Amino acid sequence: MTAAQPLPTLEITALEKRFGETQVLRSIDLNVRNGELVFVIGPSGSGKSTMLRCCNRLEEPTSGAIHVSGKPMLGIPRKELDRMRLQVGMVFQGFFLYPHLTALKNVTLAQRKALKRPRAEAEARALEMLDKVGLKHKADAMPSELSGGQQQRVAIARALALDPKVMLFDEPTSALDPELVGSVLKVMRDLREGGMTMIVVSHEMQFAREAADRVVFMDGGVIVEEGPPEEIFGNPKSDRLKAFLSRVSGEAA
Amino acid sequence: MDTIIDAFFNIDIMRQATPLLLKGAWVTLQLCAVVILLGLFGGLGLALLASSGSAALRLPAFVFIDIFRAIPPLILLILIYAGLPFVGVRVPPFVAVCIAFLLNNSAYFAEIFRSGIKAIPKGQMEAARATGLSPAQAQTWVILPQAIRNVLPDLLSNVVEIVKLTSIASVVSLSELLYSANMARAVTYNSSPLVMAAGLYLLLLWPLVRVISRFQRGLSISH
Amino acid sequence: MDFFNAFLNPEIIARYLPALIRAVWVTLWISVLVVISGLALGALLAGLRAYQKRWLSWPIVLFADLMRALPPLVLMLVLFFGLPSVGIILADWFVLYLILTLVLAAFVEEIFWATMTSLPRGQWEAGAATGLSFLQVLLHVIFPQSLRMNIPPLVNRSLTISKMTAYGSVIGVKEIVSVAGSAQAFSGSATPLTMAALAYLIIFYPAMLLSRYIENRFHYEH
Ligand SMILES: Nc1ncnc2c1ncn2[C@@H]1O[C@H](COP(=O)(O)OP(=O)(O)OP(=O)(O)O)[C@@H](O)[C@H]1O
Ligand SMILES: [Mg+2]
Repeated sequence: MTAAQPLPTLEITALEKRFGETQVLRSIDLNVRNGELVFVIGPSGSGKSTMLRCCNRLEEPTSGAIHVSGKPMLGIPRKELDRMRLQVGMVFQGFFLYPHLTALKNVTLAQRKALKRPRAEAEARALEMLDKVGLKHKADAMPSELSGGQQQRVAIARALALDPKVMLFDEPTSALDPELVGSVLKVMRDLREGGMTMIVVSHEMQFAREAADRVVFMDGGVIVEEGPPEEIFGNPKSDRLKAFLSRVSGEAA
Repeated sequence: MDTIIDAFFNIDIMRQATPLLLKGAWVTLQLCAVVILLGLFGGLGLALLASSGSAALRLPAFVFIDIFRAIPPLILLILIYAGLPFVGVRVPPFVAVCIAFLLNNSAYFAEIFRSGIKAIPKGQMEAARATGLSPAQAQTWVILPQAIRNVLPDLLSNVVEIVKLTSIASVVSLSELLYSANMARAVTYNSSPLVMAAGLYLLLLWPLVRVISRFQRGLSISH
Repeated sequence: MDFFNAFLNPEIIARYLPALIRAVWVTLWISVLVVISGLALGALLAGLRAYQKRWLSWPIVLFADLMRALPPLVLMLVLFFGLPSVGIILADWFVLYLILTLVLAAFVEEIFWATMTSLPRGQWEAGAATGLSFLQVLLHVIFPQSLRMNIPPLVNRSLTISKMTAYGSVIGVKEIVSVAGSAQAFSGSATPLTMAALAYLIIFYPAMLLSRYIENRFHYEH
């Protein structure tokens, strides 16, 4: 790396992941620049979720390296890992809000316990984030009183409140009814405008066209092709990507 | 260390006590068979009453269930065994235990069956009635089989509880396992027979306890 | 009437009421101690087991199995009669308290463990992903949810074990059954036994109704 190049916010190097016998990721290299939105597509089982989950070590990589703003995620002590995870926000397909806590408390919990922010500061920050996702008025609602789209937006606020360097989205809208998808995508679009660095695994191709800086196509645990959205969607090179795209557009039609 | 072995794991004394304890274990097994069956049938009957549409049936069933869940089986047993002679009814220990256990176990089994029945969606009853079954037929052939399958783990737990509970029969001098072991302890001034009895209970119940834990196993925890 | 004279003789009721009330207090405070320490110990054990270290889990599982498979009365007798012969003398009430606490803890541990492992994996992961340490996830995310989901079984199990304080009579704890038993022997009447049963009804019948209410109330949705 030369000094002239700015440090990638997220740097995945030669990442491998095996589950027992099955090799799920083979030598993944992916750098995400500051403020970049990388959109990941690929057939089911191609390893997209596994790659994201390796980035904050919800899955333990078999080998390779991951750096966030130049600092290693792997081979660090447990305490340090908890601190590093604060820099990597994650949004799950299933939301996973804490059902026993209000929306506000969901957003303050890690701020208080992991970041040790004082209560007042954590709550102020939480309200600010809830406002950002359009749910300030639902601060005192329990997750069970929120729609799926609202729950997902609270989950985004929960991650954002920790001031992560990069946000990982694993099919954030796949569990939502179609009419609720838009509200979540809008929040993600706003985030991007605000300069957040993001990796998004999703099937919302329209969103990719509009918002992605780069689209990465994965299949069989490798990155088969990557490029700007217009290239990937308009001029796919590999047969596998062509097949995938025609299958997806077939489904959509 | 030696004193501990001598006080709790004295092989000689255990050997001496073996015939007595095996006899006691046999009584315990017989007792279990009787009281578990009594409790199952009593409980099922009560549960059906408690789940019935008519409040006149439901209410007494609930009162019965709650009363006999509230009173410790030990005092119930003593009351029956030591109390009935005062009104001229003398019951042998085995019968006293059976009566006390019937009252207590029915209440507990009834709660289990009842919660199982309650958990079956209303639609099941409606579907069964729509195919021309009477309420009683629907209850018997559609609701109950599902309910029982769902509460099997709880039934098994309760069976374990009952087997353990039979040890209170020792209080009314029924020569079951604990009574026999305690006799042997008193005669030998040594606790090893009690430890041996514990071993026999374990032999019987540990496998069941393992099975119960298996029933409850969920996913694994992620670190 | 014969029956009333035998089971509800007013004179005998009056004579033994004070002693029985004292016995009720003994039963109550031992029960309360047992429930508090049993719940605490059980929760602690479940928490330790969550670390999934073999050397920790193994003894905990063994402990929970033994305490659930052995009749508490047997355990009490082993301790009560056995310990003095190795030079340890424990007060009768302490033996009762100790055994019931351990038994309750075993059940509580199993109850918590079952839900902790059946909560969606995502709950653990969401916590970890926001930088919470394992202990913090356990304390602030997993444990409160397990507690809420388990209030009915915890209440039921606590009540069942509280009623086992009656076993104290076998080793001479001056609780309800033992006081009623000696009163019966002295008075030659079954009335004290009836009083004991009524005392339990007064204490535990409302508790049964309460547990019913709780069961209906705490249908916890996920
Ligand atoms: N914990 C696990 N143990 C064993 N195999 C696993 C595990 N998690 C994932 N896999 C396997 O790894 C492969 C990749 O899974 P992954 O979830 O990363 O795919 P994906 O691209 O996210 O698919 P989808 O689009 O369906 O979400 C799959 O074949 C899956 O069966
Ligand atoms: Mg996936």
